[in-house]
Amino acid sequence: MILDLEKFLAQERPHWEALEALLNRLDTGDRLHLDDARRMHALYERASADLARLATFAAEPESRRYLEALVARAYAEIHETRGSGRRFRFWHWFLVVFPQTFRRHARAFGVSLGISLVGTLFGIFATLVDPDSRHVTMPFGHAEITPTQRVRQEEKSREKAAVHSQHASFSGQLMTHNTQVSIGTLAFGMTWGIGTIILLFYNGVVLGAIGTDYITDGQGGFLAAWLLPHGSIELPAIFIAGQAGLVLAHTLFGRRSNLPLGRRLRAVAPDLVTLIGGVALLLVYAGIIESFLSQYHEPVVPYSLKIAFGLVELAGLVLFLTFAGRSTESNDPGTDSTAP
Amino acid sequence: MTHLRIRTPEGVEFALPIAGPVSRALAYLVDFVLVMAFNILLSIVLSYASIVARDLSEALLQVGFFVLPIAYGVGCEWLLRGQTLGKRVFNLRVIDAEGLKLRPAQIILRNLLRAVDFLPLFYLVGGITTLLNRKGQRLGDLAAGTVVVRIQRFATPDLEPILGSRFNSLRAQPHLAARLRQRIHAAEAAIALQALTRRDELDPAARLALFRDLADGFRATVPYPPEISESLTDEQYIRNVVDILYRPKNSS
Repeated sequence: MILDLEKFLAQERPHWEALEALLNRLDTGDRLHLDDARRMHALYERASADLARLATFAAEPESRRYLEALVARAYAEIHETRGSGRRFRFWHWFLVVFPQTFRRHARAFGVSLGISLVGTLFGIFATLVDPDSRHVTMPFGHAEITPTQRVRQEEKSREKAAVHSQHASFSGQLMTHNTQVSIGTLAFGMTWGIGTIILLFYNGVVLGAIGTDYITDGQGGFLAAWLLPHGSIELPAIFIAGQAGLVLAHTLFGRRSNLPLGRRLRAVAPDLVTLIGGVALLLVYAGIIESFLSQYHEPVVPYSLKIAFGLVELAGLVLFLTFAGRSTESNDPGTDSTAP
Repeated sequence: MTHLRIRTPEGVEFALPIAGPVSRALAYLVDFVLVMAFNILLSIVLSYASIVARDLSEALLQVGFFVLPIAYGVGCEWLLRGQTLGKRVFNLRVIDAEGLKLRPAQIILRNLLRAVDFLPLFYLVGGITTLLNRKGQRLGDLAAGTVVVRIQRFATPDLEPILGSRFNSLRAQPHLAARLRQRIHAAEAAIALQALTRRDELDPAARLALFRDLADGFRATVPYPPEISESLTDEQYIRNVVDILYRPKNSS
């Protein structure tokens, strides 16, 4: 109970202002010395106690609101325990954190890959059983001409790729389109994974349909040489985006976790951002390769060389995701409570 | 629910007002216009650059159009501590749902998940989710554990034109003045202040009736001696009460 409000306000206001000054310093990116940090903690406790006392005093709404905002700001600074606010180290993040995060949610990746494979099998089956289905299952003009016609067309321009003199813009187009699809695949995790599953399945159907179309037309070698250089990175990247979407969906369901939904989502958020960030980088690389290498065909670049290059990339990616960052893995706490 | 209530481990509770869908939509509109302006600026710059490097300019334009909206949202909310320029105009701020510090991962995630909030058109999914959610969260906010709140202004009202520096006979009884400040509720004080501020907009009869009702209420809550209370008109009485409530240090 405050007996003399005027005296109370006059006495306490300098302490609130001192706390506000310290918070303003933090806002501008200043780092506090240990003594200042201790002082801030003491001032925060004092301001909290003042707020509790003032809360019963209805005729001081301005002071109470001011104090509430002040305590809210100080609370955020003092009680934050997630991470130490270290400077972001790009290479450490990409070479260590990203593969570690990938492995932590390896089961979700397996499910993502599995859904895509089921879609691929469906695409193969549909194309074999009902060749007309190609008009539904094949985008990007693949259904308009036969694979053999396409191969002749592509190989006709002997020295120039179809996107000659437009490599960079074509590359940019591929990067943005694929990244958009990946972000969508992650975001649709919020539909309890239904949207993510549909996107992964559809992606698999397209892949299966086009693959079957080329193989049955005797153009399997061309297709492998065309797709492998960029596809060996692009396709796993899409599966990882699906992995992120499924992790999000699993977190929504919250099986094997006693934490409330908000806590579960907050815990998994850094992993989702890491996964989608890694996907974006992989897709930038794939976009460059697709524009600058995949579009060149024999006799400019031998198919065997392109296929070998694609296989080396795939092996490199598998090794990277499997082994990179293992030496520091045991020190990383991870987010086991939400990991599927 | 209109407020986000957070209880600290010290047992203190504070409340932050949750931003409504209209102010959020308006803030988004401002941001949208700004991003469009940036896009146009980028197009103009790159149209000049295309004279020497057409392919590269087109590539940068493609990537720029895609990256700009995301980078704008993430960059602003990180650098301006939870605010974009649109949110700043409408006094809104993104905060952590538990009142803790906003983390980069949260900012990135809420901005990336606009992809699903935007569906099928004009933020329909996000808008409906905001209306159905207790904390006014769209799907991106839910996933990132963030809430958009309204920042309150703490400007003290300018009382000089209303109250001036006239003698306040109610201050002659300090113990009753202290009781007024204790017993009068904040909402009642605000009504009295509003009545004084807008008194010239009222009809004479309505003005008399309003101040009579208010004065009767305050007189009943904290009775003053009749020689003080009855020597003042109802409007003067309210002016003196407001003076005590809003200017506690005034010694006049």
